[in-house]
Amino acid sequence: MDWAVIPRNLSFLLGGLVLTFELAAISLAGGFLLGIIMGLGRLSSRKWIYYPASLYVNFFRSLPLILVIFWFYFMVPFIIGRPLGDFLSAIIAFIAFEAAYFAEIVRGGIQSVPQGQVMAGYSTGLSYYETMRHIILPQALRNMVPPIVTQCVIIFQDTSLAYVIGLKEFLRRTSLVDSRELRSLELYLFAGFVYLIFCSIGTIASRRLESRQIRR
Amino acid sequence: MFSYEFDWSVLWREPYGQWMLNGIWTTIHLSLLAWGIAVALGLMVAVLRVLPNRITRFIGGTYVEVIRNTPYLVQLFFWYFVVPSILPEASEKWLYDHVPDLPYWTGVICLGVYTASRVGEQIRAGMQSIPPEQYQAAFSTGLTTYQVYRHVIIPYSLRIIIPPFTTEFLTCFKNSALTMTIGVLETTGASYLIDSYTWHGLETTTAASVVYIVITLCVVFFMAWVERRIHIPGMIKRG
Repeated sequence: MDWAVIPRNLSFLLGGLVLTFELAAISLAGGFLLGIIMGLGRLSSRKWIYYPASLYVNFFRSLPLILVIFWFYFMVPFIIGRPLGDFLSAIIAFIAFEAAYFAEIVRGGIQSVPQGQVMAGYSTGLSYYETMRHIILPQALRNMVPPIVTQCVIIFQDTSLAYVIGLKEFLRRTSLVDSRELRSLELYLFAGFVYLIFCSIGTIASRRLESRQIRR
Repeated sequence: MFSYEFDWSVLWREPYGQWMLNGIWTTIHLSLLAWGIAVALGLMVAVLRVLPNRITRFIGGTYVEVIRNTPYLVQLFFWYFVVPSILPEASEKWLYDHVPDLPYWTGVICLGVYTASRVGEQIRAGMQSIPPEQYQAAFSTGLTTYQVYRHVIIPYSLRIIIPPFTTEFLTCFKNSALTMTIGVLETTGASYLIDSYTWHGLETTTAASVVYIVITLCVVFFMAWVERRIHIPGMIKRG
């Protein structure tokens, strides 16, 4: 055991951790926005909205993330005519993939609001948009918070998959340091520990929020 | 414009077609073996977590928390790069000499251990969804703790948890793709390998996606059938 390997490479590793957080934050924001659209689409009574949204959600939920990352890595240059670079193509893959999972969270959240609320909204003369905006979504969002926090933890872990297209995030940097220093035990324990701490914070927060809601 | 000539024949041309088929087959048996480990281990974890004993609950809880709060890829690298190096030298040598397909078996074990934490939670939720009266009734007929679980609680729980089990199996099946990072040539790995020989990643990745979607659909339909078959009269039926 030679733990000195960690402080020696700490700034390099932390640089990767910053990139990991950037990836997670952007994927979270983008995935959530797209997820709201898809989730509402899944609840639409208009068939031309419902079917594409359902197809989108089921398509991405039946694929491994690693494959989606490869797919965008190969696909995006083909569509726009030039390579996008590792970071952007990873971001697009994460947003597209996580949106499918957020869509299901949004749908579940909205369905947890009693049907009577929608009717009450309409009966006061509000439009579909106004009912959603002022009555359904605020209540639904409250129900969605714990699963969203859990999904944040999952996204944070999922960013480690950007490893496969060579993006120098935390895990990639850990393995780069390992290939130079040959200290697998210390390095992977350290990486696991760092992920464990951040994810545990998220998991505990999610559990707290959930039990607070049950009490309400 | 980025000129790209589609050449779908990379999917069946020699030798690539064979690689792809081997990849699909590897995906299937790798995920099934891992699933076997996951269910056995998950059952143990779940029982540890519901037993009236603080120590077993702590062990089970720690296992679940540690596994669920670290990325699967980190665990995979840990099993592959770290575990052999901390074994005694003799067993490390034996491992490299006698296990012909070390990445594959590492993948099976890691995926099994990882999935077990999720499966364990589902089993525990299933057990706890059983009303306490069932336990009291079972105990009052004179069954031991072991017998109560073996004959009453587990048969009930198994049926309750089939829907979440289907989801977890599909997650396990999709996670098997990550074993490509340690060199297992399953579906995703094979499609990537063919790309590196032919530069036709778009076709191979599309083909791999179709494989995952088709298998997912098959599993979903099969499990819906199983659910109808073993349904206990009087229990809530799906849809």
